[in-house]
Amino acid sequence: MLDYLLTEEQIMVRDLARKVAREKALPKRAEWDETGEFPWEALKAFSDADLCGLYIPEELGGFGQSVFNFCLATEEISRVCGGVGVTFAASALGSTPILLFGTDEQKKKYMPPIAKGTKLAAFGLTEANAGSDAAGIETVAKKDGDYFIINGTKQWITNGGEAETYTVIAMTDKSKGPRGATAFIVEKGTPGFTFGKKENKMGIRCSATRELVFQDCKVHKSQVLGREGMGFIVAMKTLDLTRPGIGAQAVGIAQGALDEAIKYARERVQFGKPISSLQAIQHMLADMATSVEAARALVYATARMIDAGHKDYTLPASEAKLFASDTAMKVTIDAIQVLGGYGYMKEYPVEKMARDAKITQIYEGTNQIQRNQIGLALIKESAQKK
Amino acid sequence: MDIIVCIKQVPDTTEVKINPETNTLIREGVPSIINPFDENAVEAALVLKEKHGGKVTVITMGPPQAAEALKATIAMGADEMVLVSDRAFAGSDTWATSYTLSQAIKKLGNFDLILCGKQAIDGDTAQVGPGIAEWLGIPQVTFAVKLEADPANKKVKVERMLEEINEIVEAPFPCVVTAVKQMNIPRLPSLKGMMRAKKAEVKILSAQDIEADPKNLGLNGSPTSVVRIFTPPPRGGGEVLTGEAGEIVGKLIGKIKDRKII
Ligand SMILES: Cc1cc2nc3c(=O)[nH]c(=O)nc-3n(C[C@H](O)[C@H](O)[C@H](O)COP(=O)(O)OP(=O)(O)OC[C@H]3O[C@@H](n4cnc5c(N)ncnc54)[C@H](O)[C@@H]3O)c2cc1C
Ligand SMILES: Cc1cc2nc3c(=O)[nH]c(=O)nc-3n(C[C@H](O)[C@H](O)[C@H](O)COP(=O)(O)OP(=O)(O)OC[C@H]3O[C@@H](n4cnc5c(N)ncnc54)[C@H](O)[C@@H]3O)c2cc1C
Repeated sequence: MLDYLLTEEQIMVRDLARKVAREKALPKRAEWDETGEFPWEALKAFSDADLCGLYIPEELGGFGQSVFNFCLATEEISRVCGGVGVTFAASALGSTPILLFGTDEQKKKYMPPIAKGTKLAAFGLTEANAGSDAAGIETVAKKDGDYFIINGTKQWITNGGEAETYTVIAMTDKSKGPRGATAFIVEKGTPGFTFGKKENKMGIRCSATRELVFQDCKVHKSQVLGREGMGFIVAMKTLDLTRPGIGAQAVGIAQGALDEAIKYARERVQFGKPISSLQAIQHMLADMATSVEAARALVYATARMIDAGHKDYTLPASEAKLFASDTAMKVTIDAIQVLGGYGYMKEYPVEKMARDAKITQIYEGTNQIQRNQIGLALIKESAQKK
Repeated sequence: MDIIVCIKQVPDTTEVKINPETNTLIREGVPSIINPFDENAVEAALVLKEKHGGKVTVITMGPPQAAEALKATIAMGADEMVLVSDRAFAGSDTWATSYTLSQAIKKLGNFDLILCGKQAIDGDTAQVGPGIAEWLGIPQVTFAVKLEADPANKKVKVERMLEEINEIVEAPFPCVVTAVKQMNIPRLPSLKGMMRAKKAEVKILSAQDIEADPKNLGLNGSPTSVVRIFTPPPRGGGEVLTGEAGEIVGKLIGKIKDRKII
């Protein structure tokens, strides 16, 4: 493995996340995958281990605002279970808007319990008719004195129903187009705010994916994040910052599948010898390992760049998400191939890993959208040089 | 409540091998862990602290590297750690070990409760906890599966796990309680705990510091000599006498006489 010259503290974070995930999520992952039970048990263990506030400053109860540490933990957790990994990471997605755009008051009110892990957060942008084209959202927030009245439905919101704190993007002025959207913090339990049914999914099955339903839901103007009209800026800046986290999920899932493939190849005997002695298998493992390491290097380098204070990281963040998630998909499918028919069976974890991997190519911007964004950035960069 | 927990660093027996010639553990190159029962004792202490306040001090007698085991308990949430370490302690048996620990505990001063594991997974004697209680002249309650403290009335209520029954007893502060593994699930370390452990200072006590009588220390102070180590055969089922009371008593006396006990 490449030596990423981790500091003592980073090694501590990585090893602790690995230990907690192995002790608390590994024994349950197959059951949770089958039943779709929400992994509160694992989340409680991450909370007890102080792993929930890695991306949050100390003064807000976190461990010091490090995207890198957050990626290390997300990777280790996802290596064991992609469903638990996204549940852990989606709380960061839901609370990053508050960290980036919240007032001191909003931060002090909402961040400490999220940092401690006693409350989860969620991020509500997508709707039935607005996926990749987020500007097409139809949820409205109509001003009414000191309040806004929200109406509409958000779809496929991770941690929906389980989280206490929601960041929701709604149109406050349709006539202004994308400049007419506003981000709100909405608390669970606010009258007029309910949840749709839990979706039955292909993978990450223990994570909760639900509709957020707003019917004349009244929120005070103090719940606005940033300023009115900044909704899409809040959303885009948030996604830029959390995309390396999706990369880390993907690297973790891929590494988990690679671990299983290597272990199995050494044990499985055909034609009188372990299949690991076959060049065909070795080459497959070599390609898997090389792409996992390349993906990890890209994710880590991006996270380090962000932590070092660079402002313009949209491009590497997209590249990291794109490459790591495509890698996860390929590596998990190849892991099934290494395990042959056993890999196709639920007794072995690799088929689940492949089902879990797929989502990383879809959410937080599909990989087609990432390519669009990378392509545009390249052309812009080139044009600026002339 | 102020609680002292005695922990022992032991070889990870899942990794350990036996030397076929001497029948002893090959300790070289085997990773060390905290004796698992002692983790139960630490957990029990932390639960009591969370409920009643106070301080948890963890103590071990061992070589300098045993500090790692102490630090792991700070990462779990213990407050202070004490390493009782001196070349003079080398070769201690359970007599000398419990003497040394009791001297160190006297030196530490005030405490309401001492928690130990039921036994160490390497030495396996289950004698050190009771030994400490004897040296200190305080009550001992072994094999605790449940432990409640009542600091206002200065006593503990303990459920002891015996072979066929559980027994509930009370004991006054201060006393020694030894923990079985069914007592709880020890918590994992936390990140903040690990950071604290990294910076925390290990208090080291030497033979001189604990004002120990040299003739009770180490190999010289250890009356035990190990002749052979073996697993005893399980106890037989015994014989049940039936019939009328008078009849049974008669049979019983007969059997006792047969064996020339009376
Ligand atoms: C399990 C799960 C969890 C989710 N969690 C959240 C959440 O917590 N919060 C949230 O807000 N959303 C969430 N989403 C929504 C997710 O972000 C969207 O599904 C995603 O952005 C894609 O939108 P869509 O599914 O409507 O696909 P569409 O936008 O309808 O896309 C369909 C296909 O067309 C392609 N396509 C669309 N537009 C273009 C284009 N311009 N160029 C090239 N290709 C294009 C896409 O790449 C895709 O292949 C979640 C989704 C899932 C499935
Ligand atoms: C004749 C003899 C010679 C020995 N010579 C050596 C030797 O040269 N080197 C060597 O390393 N070992 C030696 N040992 C082993 C060592 O002395 C014992 O392991 C030790 O006395 C503890 O006994 P135990 O392991 O049976 O613990 P138990 O009595 O089974 O342990 C019960 C509990 O007591 C506490 N406890 C036990 N030991 C300690 C400790 N050191 N610090 C703090 N708390 C503790 C723990 O809470 C533990 O759960 C020797 C043992 C004998 C019998």
